Amino acid sequence: MTVKVQSEDFDVGAELAAMTGGKTGIGGVTLFVGLVRDMAGGESVSAMTLEHYPGMTERQLEAIEAEARERWPLDDARIIHRYGRLEPGDRIVLVATASAHREAAFESCHFLIDWLKTKAPFWKMEATPEGERWVEAKESDDTAAARWTKPA
Amino acid sequence: MKILYFAWLRTKIGVATETVDLPAEVRDVGALVEWLKTRSPKHADALANSTVVKVAVNQEHVPYDYPVGPGDEVALFPPVTGG
Repeated sequence: MTVKVQSEDFDVGAELAAMTGGKTGIGGVTLFVGLVRDMAGGESVSAMTLEHYPGMTERQLEAIEAEARERWPLDDARIIHRYGRLEPGDRIVLVATASAHREAAFESCHFLIDWLKTKAPFWKMEATPEGERWVEAKESDDTAAARWTKPA
Repeated sequence: MKILYFAWLRTKIGVATETVDLPAEVRDVGALVEWLKTRSPKHADALANSTVVKVAVNQEHVPYDYPVGPGDEVALFPPVTGG
């Protein structure tokens, strides 16, 4: 179980290998990789800067991960979230879950991403031709997270 | 008390952190936000719409009726947009 908040990139293959190496009880791994898009709200985006709250970020990610482990039988879970300046095509976030059963891996990965969007203290600022602007939280993210408050 | 601001709250107010002497009558998050508004026009502008100002006390999300005291670390920020 790993939580990392870092400015540098991560290697998806290496993370997958580290999760599964020598563990023959794992039936499936679900991996989600979030990327920086070159368009947002009809405008081109040349860069994105992610700010976070050092200390609280790690605490929140660990709490979210612990919650996932309580809800689903997981062999491993990993969250890596980057901060700082990123460009279109760059990886922002990795969420990976491993379980004996695929549904547990799929559902817990989905849960972690939805909760990251609404609970983890990260904020995105986009650079567009009109200047820099802070990304606003979406109501759809709250709706997506809310479904997990019901018993799984 | 240590106050931290993030994202557009930080850019509007112009500082990332400040240390304040809390008046005795400020005992919860709601009262703290109201009192911070009186510190400068920039504070008043940034904190004008408290429905979009989220608060964490000692690094945990809390509601506006949550108690605060001089030893707490209080962070104010807009809704998060990570992931």
